[in-house]
Amino acid sequence: MMIKQISVFLENDKGRLAALCRCLADAGVNMSALSIADTPEYGLVRIVCNEADKAKAALDAAGYRARVTKVTAVAVPNRPGGLAELLETLDDADISVEYGYCFSHQDGNAIFALKVTDSAQAAEAVFAIERAGFQILEEGELD
Amino acid sequence: MADEHDGTAATGNAEAADVTYLPHEKLEEMQLEGVRRTLVNCYEHIPFYKRSFDEAGFDPYHLASLDDLTNAPFVTKQDLRDAAPYGMLAVPLSDVREIHMSSGTTGVATLGAYTQHDLDFWADCFARGIRYAGGGANDVVQVAYGYGLFTGGLGAHYGALASGATVIPTSAGNTERQIRILREMGTTILCCTPSYAMHIADTALEMGLDPSRDFHLKAGIHGAEPFSDNFRAELERKLDYKVLDIYGLTETMGPGVACECLEQDGLHLAEDHFFAEIIDPATGKRLPDGEWGELVLTTLDREASPVVRYRTRDITRILPGECPCGCTHKRIDRLHGRTDDMLIIRGVNVFPSQIEDVMKTFDQVSSWYQIEVGTDERSLDVVTLKAEANPDFDFDQTGAIEALQRQISARLKTDLSVGIKVRIVEPKSISRSTGKAKRVIDTRKGIK
Repeated sequence: MMIKQISVFLENDKGRLAALCRCLADAGVNMSALSIADTPEYGLVRIVCNEADKAKAALDAAGYRARVTKVTAVAVPNRPGGLAELLETLDDADISVEYGYCFSHQDGNAIFALKVTDSAQAAEAVFAIERAGFQILEEGELD
Repeated sequence: MADEHDGTAATGNAEAADVTYLPHEKLEEMQLEGVRRTLVNCYEHIPFYKRSFDEAGFDPYHLASLDDLTNAPFVTKQDLRDAAPYGMLAVPLSDVREIHMSSGTTGVATLGAYTQHDLDFWADCFARGIRYAGGGANDVVQVAYGYGLFTGGLGAHYGALASGATVIPTSAGNTERQIRILREMGTTILCCTPSYAMHIADTALEMGLDPSRDFHLKAGIHGAEPFSDNFRAELERKLDYKVLDIYGLTETMGPGVACECLEQDGLHLAEDHFFAEIIDPATGKRLPDGEWGELVLTTLDREASPVVRYRTRDITRILPGECPCGCTHKRIDRLHGRTDDMLIIRGVNVFPSQIEDVMKTFDQVSSWYQIEVGTDERSLDVVTLKAEANPDFDFDQTGAIEALQRQISARLKTDLSVGIKVRIVEPKSISRSTGKAKRVIDTRKGIK
């Protein structure tokens, strides 16, 4: 019930993000989401794309420090309060979210990619989310 | 056979065997006598020492104890260079049997001259290394150090002869022939630089040989270059033998000044021929056993090229305690770099190798690092260590990078007593050169 995400460690320096994107472009990778957690010295770039393993191989070859990690992708209804309800569901179940980011899907819905802080709670989170009526997306459903 | 308790004129193998087991107090008596002899010899025969002792107000005739040697001035590599070629000879050239020269990679070559006595005790010192490795008359020693001005080749050669072993003087190079000899002649002890040993091992493996079956090696005596514990383990695995370190330098003799035993926990100094001190390279003060600093050597019975308090620029420490092997001679730790690499951070001496040691304890980072030294707005030294994360480090966890940086920094603070900021950087952002890596970037004003 998880999708693959690429996490890349980048120095917070001019041109680094451009170089990263060019590297993925040259490998024929299409991104559907990109988020940056930044500090003054470095940034963590998280990417959802069509071919995670191919992206990882291209990044490794180019000398990037990249990892494939798994996140939960949830379809969020396109209306006020959609995301709030999802997060409240998790909060009610005492599940905390390590990080998350939104991106839009071509069907008009928003998608929230999230990682729960305690990986032992991942299955519990899926259960709570589905019980609350949200749809969890599988790998391949994003394209 | 000479009196077994008399090690003062160690010329034969049997005597040398005994001298390595002498009670340490007895060794210290010999050392005091030897230092006194060297002081007078240098003062009376080498103009440099006459001038240097007189300028320092040091009296070479009345040394009360080995501790009082701290009043004597040092001699440096530059002093030896300035006196080249024959200015540091304490005997007429007619008494000199052989001359070697240091590699001279850092400037003018310095010279080591040997009388017959000097050659004999050099052979003896190297032979100890072979004996510590379990070698003797039944061994075949292949000497793959370069023969020539470099002390490695002939030092190992004379040592192997003195040990009673059979010597095969292959010299360095022609690796396939080295391998053929290793295989067909039943070599049991290989003497060469550690990097050449690795090259031999890799070549043998590429040729499809299985060293544990095709070779008969029991030990390798590999000096002249520092090598890490990992490097040692890899060599031992590839060639199925024991790797032992050996230390020496042309300025005081050549390889054999200190030899590692099978305990692989430090190198036994030939204390019957050398008196060793460890000093703080910044202040020149002598340091107690156990503390890291610069090795300073005084020869005890060198005739042609004696030295008093020669600053080796090599960083090590004297290991406290006795070695389980039974040899009473004190041990120096494996070399920790050179004083040329030393940094002084807010008054504390820091060697890049100490930083490396700390980093080795963290699986999350690789061995690539760079140290940046600068000053802040209050003119205080600021040190930043840049390290690369290993591929399996899970940096995706929030705060994982900060936590790692903090942990390494805390360990550095504990081990080095210096606050160092740690920054995890992208791989390859630290430049890699094929030769020596640029480990330190010092941007402080007035620092070379």
